[in-house]
Parts: sequence; structure tokens; C-alpha cells
Amino acid sequence: MSALSVREKLAVLSDAAKYDASCASSGSAKRDSLKSGGIGSTEGMGICHSYAPDGRCISLLKILLTNFCIYDCSYCINRSSSNVRRARFTIEEVVKLTMDFYRRNYIEGLFLSSGVIRSPDETMGEMVEVARRLRLEEKFGGYIHLKTIPEASAELIEKAGLYADRLSINVELPTDEGVKKLAPEKRPETIRLSMAGLRRKIEEKAEPTLRTKKRERFAPGGQSTQMIIGADKTSDDGILHSSARLYGSYHLRRVYYSAFSPIPDSSSSLPLQKPPLMREHRLYQADWLMRFYGFSQPEILAGSSDGMLDLAIDPKLAWALRNRGRFPVDINRADREALLRVPGLGTKVVAKILETRRHRRLRLEDVGRLCHSIAKLRPFIVAEGWSPGTLTDKAGLRSKIVQSCEQLALF
Amino acid sequence: MRPAELDLARHTVWLESETDFAGWRDAARRLALNEIRPEDIGWRVADGSDPPRDILPDGPHGAQLVVPREFIGRAETAFCHRDPGRFAFLYRMLWRLRAEPKLLAIASDADTRRLETMEKAVRRDSHKMHAFVRFRKIGDGADERYVAWFEPDHFIVERNADFFVRRFTGMRWTILTPHASADWDGERLAIGPGANKEDAPAEDDTETLWRTYFENIFNPARLKVKAMQKEMPKKYWRNLPEASLIPDLIAGADKAAIAMIARMPTTPAPHHAKVQAKHWLKRELPEAGDDKAANTIPELREAAKGCRRCPLWRDATQTVFGEGPAGAKVIFVGEQPGDQEDIAGKPFVGPAGKVFDGILDEAGVDRQKVYVTNAVKHFKFEPRGKRRIHSKPNAGEVQACRWWIDQEFALIKPELAVALGATAALSLLGKAIPVTKMRGQVIEREDGLRVFITIHPSFILRIQEPVEKEAERERFLRDMREVRRLMAA
Repeated sequence: MSALSVREKLAVLSDAAKYDASCASSGSAKRDSLKSGGIGSTEGMGICHSYAPDGRCISLLKILLTNFCIYDCSYCINRSSSNVRRARFTIEEVVKLTMDFYRRNYIEGLFLSSGVIRSPDETMGEMVEVARRLRLEEKFGGYIHLKTIPEASAELIEKAGLYADRLSINVELPTDEGVKKLAPEKRPETIRLSMAGLRRKIEEKAEPTLRTKKRERFAPGGQSTQMIIGADKTSDDGILHSSARLYGSYHLRRVYYSAFSPIPDSSSSLPLQKPPLMREHRLYQADWLMRFYGFSQPEILAGSSDGMLDLAIDPKLAWALRNRGRFPVDINRADREALLRVPGLGTKVVAKILETRRHRRLRLEDVGRLCHSIAKLRPFIVAEGWSPGTLTDKAGLRSKIVQSCEQLALF
Repeated sequence: MRPAELDLARHTVWLESETDFAGWRDAARRLALNEIRPEDIGWRVADGSDPPRDILPDGPHGAQLVVPREFIGRAETAFCHRDPGRFAFLYRMLWRLRAEPKLLAIASDADTRRLETMEKAVRRDSHKMHAFVRFRKIGDGADERYVAWFEPDHFIVERNADFFVRRFTGMRWTILTPHASADWDGERLAIGPGANKEDAPAEDDTETLWRTYFENIFNPARLKVKAMQKEMPKKYWRNLPEASLIPDLIAGADKAAIAMIARMPTTPAPHHAKVQAKHWLKRELPEAGDDKAANTIPELREAAKGCRRCPLWRDATQTVFGEGPAGAKVIFVGEQPGDQEDIAGKPFVGPAGKVFDGILDEAGVDRQKVYVTNAVKHFKFEPRGKRRIHSKPNAGEVQACRWWIDQEFALIKPELAVALGATAALSLLGKAIPVTKMRGQVIEREDGLRVFITIHPSFILRIQEPVEKEAERERFLRDMREVRRLMAA
């Protein structure tokens, strides 16, 4: 193979990275360059510097160090049996690209992943070296996310956590059986142990040390993971069960769901179809219900026939329609927990309702002014001068709400 | 000029610039203290020319204007909005706040909502400025500088300059906008007048790489143009080097996606067989099962790693096996690993384990002679957000795990077993017994093993009432002293 230019490598190695959904640059420790005189800051809130026509934000320079890989995971474009074009960046090239892009304000930082070449430690070692040079030689204060290789040694993981804001290990698929089938060389047991190890390190380093009373830096942006949706047959209920387990067990900041996307030169063991984007969207909504709305995982799909989220309506509305006995909820009286379960009320709107009603009683139109659409809300609440009467229990309620929401969307 | 003018119906206030919040605040305070009604004031921006000064009197001596602190910050944000009516609007808010101090908390009020809408617009514009400013490099070495042209909707350059200072401290840069410019020379920030697009550099070589990245990170199978435009409206496109690629990417997406799907799986790449042979063929086959006879505890522990005898392995991290010397005189049996044990892979390292350790130490039990394990070796729990709530293992799970615990006993051959709690007792005796009633008793099994019955140390942790807690701890300590006596006997 003739030597590729940086531009050619960038084309290959960003194309190879695009199936990873994570792009978050938020949730790390606040940091700026005023003292160091270097380049870069993180201010809590992430920044999306651009958007691709696939609607995904571009926040980080998301690339692979190399797409050569000894693994043969059938859903992955970089699997060893794939005929995709291969390339490999040098450490210097990645450092320079990151700095050149960051200085022009194209990106928040770097998300570096890699195919595994030769051995996990060798690959992980190079990734850590990129991060080390950025931090120490370039005085780079921007965001660094390193994809961790589960089999890498503890010392390398420790160093990775020292320089990176976030570490992640992909669980790949929602069930161990799925991993065994589609990624035969990967070991779900090892992935779990690595995530447990990261949680332990993050907790350990969050404690001030005995001698210096200072906290040592270790992945202040926590850990996250990704699972591919639709490559195996796991139901949404099964997927959410896995997520709930992962959040509870390893204190993940995020579980990313990536609708399985057909890849060029794909393996014949996979569905050749457009990625199930709506399903992915509903899973994110359900994930939010678990994390911010006080829903336990089994509740979300309890009473549904097939364990799948309704694609036409959002999971909270679907839940409310199945649990009409809990409605209507009195906007002027109900506690926060009950308000959060009303379809159409988000966490911010609920906070506003709670604040406003300390001073005056809310009418339906007041609530309407606070949220996007009152159509979804009306059957589920009681407000000053408004009661839904028998509307809550009407048989055709679902289609009526779907209709009025569609009309709004058309407008 | 004449104070007497204040008696007239209308006042004109001249602000130094669109962003002269200090001027507005000073004028607003004086006007309000003089009871000048919102409808009687006209607000003007001087725009460089020397404004005619309407000397506003101080308020009545000693009079103070009190507004919620929150208002000042929020007004300062809304003040950057390009709406020419903002000065009058904010004064009206101020006016209303005197009579309705809780106004800002009433989210459904029209004025409060308008304030919030304006703030949101300014914050969003600021956020988009942080995101969409694109620097172009000019010069090299000591002359290296970065210059950007940006067109915000609102008057936000002054407000956002510090962000760029914090971020690009080690760089010399200038941001030009129609309204104002900000310049950082590495040490000092200067705000200057507005500029034109032509004042900024027209190109930068690195943009070629950036466009290459933009093209390749895009997945044509997931076209979602609306979602993109919602976050990156077209008005910003003219200053984004990557945006000119968008129409072609969209137009070609369907074709690219269809081609991707249509392309039949091909034969494996040439190097694939080599990679497989080198890395994977010599790897031992996956565990054939866990029922091979184990002759030592380490062998048994190894075999238990892949245990699938009940479904608990699915949600747990790992098998948490027993720990201690092979020649232990006593085996302590707990219920199951908890959150900490599941993560660490060791028994009795969580909160209950710590209590247990402390009491054992106090009772003088020699840890070197003790083996600790659990009746069930995988953690059973219900996830609740970031916590895991322990659930009690059922009889089937306890029974399934006897496979391991029986072998642990067979290999170690202890003189005594201590059942910590009901689950352990169930496992060791094969039947449920009332632990609190029978605690302190020794039951001899058919095979001759003596089983000492007591509570699980986590029971002590769950007691809220301090006196009772201490009493329970004492009782457990007595039990452990008895265990020590039995060990010695």
C-alpha cells in the first residue's frame, strides 16, 4: 500500500468512526486555559460545533487511530474480514489534527477510538500517548474521550483516566448471547469487569487522598457505553432492562443507542435495511423516563403485549394511556413525582408549575403557555376551571391525541 | 437640560450604545424613584454622536429602589436582545416589580414570559456563537493570528468575549461582527467597533481537512435534514466552511444509502484468514461446563466463574466466590454479594462486611483461620437509578448454588459453619428456620457438621435507633465470642 496523505487517512478513519453515536462533550470538570496559557476549556455544557445532514451533532473530532482490527464483529465496518480500505494515523498526526481543528473552533475536543492491532495493550498505549501529548506538550484543555479497550492493562486504564475526561467501553449488544453470536471474539464477561473496574477507579479517585487531601484526576466526565439496536432480536423491554442494569451497576453517565446501520460490504448475518431511527428515538425517550422522570424500568412497558415501544407515540403518553386510573392529575395540587408522569410535561415545565402555583392557581391556558402543546395534556390534568370529565377514559383517546399532534406537526 | 423638564409628560433617555446596560440601569433607577411612568419615557441610542443629555435628578433624598437581585442578572441578559423595544419593556418590568415583587416567579404572566423568551434568544445566540465562530489563521510563528467573521442576531460580542479568552488564552485572535469586534493579543482583551466580512481572511488551508471530516462523518443511511436545520439554521451557513457541502450530501444520500445496502457481502478480506489463525485459533475453547471435578479451592473458583446454574449471572457483574485459607477451621456463610462485592469480586467488602470485620476483630477471632463465602454467589438486585436495591434470593437460587457451597465445604472440611442469617441457614440446613429465635444455637447436620445460627451483620446496619443498634451489635459480638470458643474447643 502506498503512503496515504493525512487527508486520505482522515477520510478513511472518520468514515470508520461514524457508527459510534456518542458525541457528548458535557459533564466534565470545569476548566480553562487562563492559568496554563494553553488552548482549550470545558465549561460543563457541551457545545455542538456543527451538524451533519444525518441530524447528529459534531462536537468532537471522532476518529479511529487505525481501522485495522483483529476482531471480526459482524456489525462493524472495521471487522477483520471486511474489504474496507485501511489506514493508520501516527500519534503526531492525531495530535496535530486535534490542535489545528480546535484552534479554529471546529471542535470541543477529541473522541479517539481504535481498531485493535497486535495486542490490546499496544493499541491502548498509543491512544493514551495521544492524550498525554495533548495535555502535557500542547497544554490542551479541551475535551478528550477515549474508547477503552476492555482487555487493556490496569496501568494503561489508570493513565487514560488521568488525561481523558471520559472513558467508555461499548457493551456492543443488549445481551450476552447477541455479543457471542455477532462478535464471537469479544467476551461480555470481560466487558462487565472492565466497566466495574472503571466505576471502582472513578469512585476511589473521587475521594481526597490521605496525604495531599487533593482529589486525583480520573475521568471527571465519567464513563458511558453504546449498544447497537436492531442487529439482534432483543425487544425494547430487554434493551431497557440492560440499560437499567448498566446505569445501576456501573454508574454510567449515558447509554447510547445506535440504530444498526447497514454498512458497506456488510456481513450476510445482518439485516440489510435502513436503520430503525424511530425506534432509537423512542428508546432514548424511555431512557430519559428512567433517569429523569422517576420511572422504574419494568413500569415503562408493563401491560404492553410485545415488549416493544409504540413507534407512533412517545413512551410516557403510551404509559399514561395504559394507566388511565392514575389520571387526571391536579396541576394545582399534585406533587412533583405525579406531575412528571403527565404526558407533555417536561422537567423544566414541572419546575415552573411548582414555582408559579405558590403564587396563583393555574388555569388550563396558563399551563398551555408553559408547554409546547396542550392537546396531549388536556385529558390528563385538572386545572382551575378545567376538568377532563370522561375524556380521560374515552376509548378513542389514543387516536385523537395522535391526530391532534400530527396536525400541529403539519402546521 | 432644565430639571423643570421633568414636569413634562415625556422624557427621553439617551444610552451610549446598544449594550449600555449601566446607563440604562442608572437612568431606570432615577426615573423610577421619581415616579416617572413607563409610558412617559422615550429611549434612544446615541450611536456615536454626542447625545443631548437629559439630566435626570436623583431620587428623593434617602429613597431606595429595591428589586429582586434575580431581575438585574436577567435584565442584563435580555438587554443584549436586538428588539428596539427592550429598554422600555425592561423598565416596565421594573415598574411592575415594585408592586408585584413575586412577578418573576409567575411563569404564566405575559411580561415574565416575554423576558424569558428574550433571555432564551440571547442565550441561544451566545451558544451558537460559541459553536459557529470559525477562525482562519493568518501569518506564522510570531505573527500567527486567528481571525473570525461572525454575524450574531443579538448584541452579544461583549458578553461572550470572555468565553473565547478562557478557551483560546494561548492564541492571538480577533472576532469581527457587524456590531462590534473583540481582540485578544494574548494578554489583553479589547472591544472595538463593528467590521465587514471583507476585513476577515477569505480562506484557510485547514478548511479542506475540516470539510473532508464533515463529509465522511456523515452517515447517508440516517438522513435527518430537519433535525440538522433545527440546530444549525441556514442563516449561519454562509460563514461555515463546511456548509456548502450540505446540499450535495443530501442529494446523494439516498443513492449512497441504497448502494450501501445493495452491495452484496463479499468474500472476506485477504488478510482475514491470517489474522484469525494468528490471534484466535490458539485461544482455548469457551468453557465446556462447570461440572468438572475441582481438587482445590482455586480450581473451584475458576470453574464457578462461568456459572449459569440459575439466571442471576445475567444482571450481575461476576461470580463472587468464597475467600480464605484452605485449612480454615470455620466457614462463615452470608446471604449473597452486595453492590460493592459485585464490583470488587470479593465477599464481605461492603458496608456489612466492614461491620462484620470490626466485630470479628473485637471478638478475637483469627481471620487467618476463617473462610468467608455466600449462600448465593451472584448479586440479585433491582436497579433504581444509580443504585441497586438488594433483592432476597429465592429457594431455587439458593438450591442451585449449593452445587458450589457443598464443594467448598467438602474441600475445606471445617469444624464449624456459621450461618449468617436466614438464607445461609436455608442453604446449610436445607430448610427454613426462624433465625432470631434460634440464634446462638448449634445444630448438628446429618453429616456431622455443626452449624452455628446467628443473624446477618447487615441487620445491624438497618436499625435506625442508636440504642437498639448498639444492643444488637453487642448481641452479635457475643455470638462471635461464642464462635471463637467453639473454634477453640
